Amino acid sequence: MHEHHLILRVVTKIVVGTIILFAFYVQFHGDFSPGGGFQAGVIMAVAFILYGVVFGLSKVKQVFPVWLAHKLMALGVLIYAGTGLVSLFYGYPFLDYTVFDPEHPTHGQHWGIWLVELGVGVTVSGVIVSIYYAFASRTPHISDEDW
Amino acid sequence: MALDMFYDILSWCLIGLGCFFVLIGALGVLKLPEFWSRLHAASVVESAGMILLISGLCIQSGLSLITVKLILLIVFLFLTGPTATHAVASAALVSGMKPKSDLKEPQDSL
Repeated sequence: MHEHHLILRVVTKIVVGTIILFAFYVQFHGDFSPGGGFQAGVIMAVAFILYGVVFGLSKVKQVFPVWLAHKLMALGVLIYAGTGLVSLFYGYPFLDYTVFDPEHPTHGQHWGIWLVELGVGVTVSGVIVSIYYAFASRTPHISDEDW
Repeated sequence: MALDMFYDILSWCLIGLGCFFVLIGALGVLKLPEFWSRLHAASVVESAGMILLISGLCIQSGLSLITVKLILLIVFLFLTGPTATHAVASAALVSGMKPKSDLKEPQDSL
């Protein structure tokens, strides 16, 4: 069985790292070129899903544990909401990015969008990997004889 | 300029050839009789068709960042396309599909 998937395993090992690199490119270059937090999160999750599909669920759970996926889901929302709360504490409206650089509002908005997109990306990658885990590790259907 | 025109003609020849291969592949997927020959036609689209098309686009875009991205695209399509075809074919073979053939099988003569 292991010998059978040799080509798939070799190509996956080459491609997975590149997919993660491309996810970071889409994440942090998203304000200049097509892309953004959601797309980057999905691409990042796809790298782990591909690894899981080829190498098996137990292997990918060693790299990307279930608790990490759940924590990432919460962490991204925390980054997003925290960005809004920072501006709230400094007396600006919620999610007003001017707070990060009041003298140059454009720079402040750049930073704000960067942080918010980071939060979106982290949450989306956690959610997509969690959905994959939920589907893949579901216990098999109980047949009539087992009752 | 003559050189510009040469590049233009070359790139459009490549794009046209790529479109031809994509068209042949699509026709093959629709018209060929069974799974294995249809898979063969589909793999033509993603290897020959795509690579010729993107090479034509490379020449059209000249020397720029877009060309580098297109060349990376060729590399990854060249890597993943045949792998996907291999995965589908090997899954079909494992699940018990056998290619149909006009040749007489050795068992028949026994």
